[in-house]
Amino acid sequence: MANYRDLLQQVKAEIDEVDVARAREILDTGAPDRPLLVDVRELDEWSEGRIPGAIHIPRGFLESRIEQAAPDRAHPILLYCAGGSRSAFAAKSLGELGYANVTSLAGGYTDWKRSGLPTEMPRSLDAAKRRRYSRHLLIPEVGEEGQLKLLDSRILLIGAGGLGSPASLYLAAAGVGRLGIVDDDRVDESNLQRQIAHSTERLGEWKADSARRTIEALNPDVEVVTYKERITSENVDRILADGWQVIVDGADNFPTRYLINDASVWHDVPVVHGSIYRFEGQVTVFTPHAGPCYRCLFPTPPPPEMAPSCAEGGVLGVLPGIVGSLQASEALKLALGAGESLAGRLLLFDALATEFNEVTLRRDPDCPVCGEHPTITEYIDYVEFCSGRPTHA
Amino acid sequence: MKTVRIPPALRSETDGKREVHAAGGTVRELLDDLVSRFPNLRTQLVDGDDIAPFVNVYVEGEDVRTLDGLETEVHDGSTVILLPAMAGGA
Repeated sequence: MANYRDLLQQVKAEIDEVDVARAREILDTGAPDRPLLVDVRELDEWSEGRIPGAIHIPRGFLESRIEQAAPDRAHPILLYCAGGSRSAFAAKSLGELGYANVTSLAGGYTDWKRSGLPTEMPRSLDAAKRRRYSRHLLIPEVGEEGQLKLLDSRILLIGAGGLGSPASLYLAAAGVGRLGIVDDDRVDESNLQRQIAHSTERLGEWKADSARRTIEALNPDVEVVTYKERITSENVDRILADGWQVIVDGADNFPTRYLINDASVWHDVPVVHGSIYRFEGQVTVFTPHAGPCYRCLFPTPPPPEMAPSCAEGGVLGVLPGIVGSLQASEALKLALGAGESLAGRLLLFDALATEFNEVTLRRDPDCPVCGEHPTITEYIDYVEFCSGRPTHA
Repeated sequence: MKTVRIPPALRSETDGKREVHAAGGTVRELLDDLVSRFPNLRTQLVDGDDIAPFVNVYVEGEDVRTLDGLETEVHDGSTVILLPAMAGGA
């Protein structure tokens, strides 16, 4: 029977190995030939330093996770561990899984570091965060790196009402590091049928403060910035200067929707749009300059009599829960850089029929704000623009 | 017959129906048929000889303004979606 040393020799004879000098050369190859660099060590080793650009799949999970990380079996893969033994066994396993171009780094991370080659200290989650976000850490699209991204991300919510309530709670629970809440309203009894960030004991409180208390109770990792003011042409630049990466638009009126659109185009911040009425909701993502904006979709606001608000026409209490949660999902994807966003697609939800429909949105080359020859280049009087009265050009 | 989806804000004009059938081979003919049966829809959908600027009309998921406008053909079995902007969020 072979002992460990015999087995290692046997495996090393079957696989391809490179030394650190050669590994450095291969890693300097430009994409798409650059190999996928996989660190197969344990978490505590990875946490103390790694080769820049590596992804982490511990040896014990290699077979089960590699297909997710490397769907193309012809793409080159370079494996390393601490000294080159575990990565040798790992290379053999990947060969058996049909990976055609796998090499193992002889001497491993120890030799790499001893040769004075660059290393980086990965930031990592402490034990408490690891427990709190464990269900995220298990998803390949999030993982530790994604969770760190979320903890670094900054998302601004316009409105802490029907849409803002569920959106803010899920973003907070997900560990978005900084949440801004713009709302100039106070909690009213008629809000509580749907605005789940608030509660009966908070009647009369600022919604922004009430939402902050709910969020802080849910997740102390989140820093909440409140703006107890209505967003206007006068304050929008100041608010956006605080560095928000994504705007979740849960406003309840057209002037604010158009204002947020124009500001987002000029500040180059994506907007996750949601709107609701009775049993129906609309959701999309506006990514400035890359996709259509709100004005490409609706260049002209409807006359006020044709666009009743929820306060006038009513809304099913759970509807904003569904639409606001979809907005949270889109915002998280934008923060993570994962998946396909709703940019260029308007999702229509009808709760009465339980039906989702989707229509295509296209950029309007003649759009007055994001088109080729914009005619609106500074904030306008949005209330007048939406009043149905003739506006000044 | 083609199916036309009526948005919630316009259902008071269509006896509360969320979908109605309409006849015609183009968007113009369909809207004419709709307006003849539900006359109050006219001001909400039509502006002069065009679709009202605050309403989008989609045929098979595409905005007819990016197709042939009112002359866009609608095939049997197609669904037409009328979509005015909604602002509600609270």
